[in-house]
Amino acid sequence: MTTLALTGSPLWYASRAGGTLALLLLTATVVLGIASGGRARPRRIGRFELGVLHRNLSLLTLVFLVVHVVTAVLDPFVHLGWAVSVVPFGASYRPLWLGLGTAGLDLLLAVAVTSALRRRLGVRRWKAVHWLAYAAWPLALFHGVGTGTDTRLPLQLWLYAGCLGTVVAAVWWRLVKAGPGRVAGRLTAAVATTAVPVVLTAFLASGPLQPGWSQRAASTAVLLGGGR
Amino acid sequence: MSRTRTLRVDRIACTGQGLCAELLPELIDLDEWGYPVLKDTTVPDRLRAHARRAVAACPVLALHTDDDRT
Ligand code: SF4
Repeated sequence: MTTLALTGSPLWYASRAGGTLALLLLTATVVLGIASGGRARPRRIGRFELGVLHRNLSLLTLVFLVVHVVTAVLDPFVHLGWAVSVVPFGASYRPLWLGLGTAGLDLLLAVAVTSALRRRLGVRRWKAVHWLAYAAWPLALFHGVGTGTDTRLPLQLWLYAGCLGTVVAAVWWRLVKAGPGRVAGRLTAAVATTAVPVVLTAFLASGPLQPGWSQRAASTAVLLGGGR
Repeated sequence: MSRTRTLRVDRIACTGQGLCAELLPELIDLDEWGYPVLKDTTVPDRLRAHARRAVAACPVLALHTDDDRT
């Protein structure tokens, strides 16, 4: 047990667990979405099942996000109001890093609502909003790394690395399968999948993995004070 | 019941991914390019739920069901 494991209220742990699970589920959702878009042909399951899984896991992601947000707001230590769940960058606790999560949640809500209404919106408008999911995923990742009080735990780092590796691999697989055309889109994807791991590594090395991150993340002493 | 439900493929939007045929093989065949061929456009009552699922599965929203009042 590290000192990290001895601090924080049960609500904070619930929030961390909910957030981590939401990130894992979001990662799976994104990968399944990429797989359907790339016309993957799984051998053991039908292709329509990729789409069904994509939808169901995305809904499950939202469920865990609700748990994550509600427990974080109820946690007495960080003093968050309900407004931070939808208005980014206004929080009193680690405003920037928490705000990334709020922004990601807003994007995911937009994606969910437009998906529910996709028949009425038409393919173009629905898909235009759906692309925002690709922005929400890195927002969620950096939010987790920057806000989480458990970022230094090896297991947590492995989880983040696993999520990152899976999505990067999926995007590259998709790029390899892609035909000519949409050069700008493919370039953006290639640059983004190269940049995100580099930036994340640099950020980890200079930020959360250095001593004193909790102060620099503009919080009060979360590691010392725990959930009281 | 005087309502029948019919299937319709938007041939311009359809990209021939064939997902609909996986979910509704009773009514949808695929041609050799993977594009759907409707064996019957009328959806029998017992297949309504399956038709709804096939419509929802189409990634480009090219499959439709229409309610026809007759
Ligand atoms: S699922 Fe949609 S795009 Fe695919 S073959 Fe059927 S109608 Fe066409």
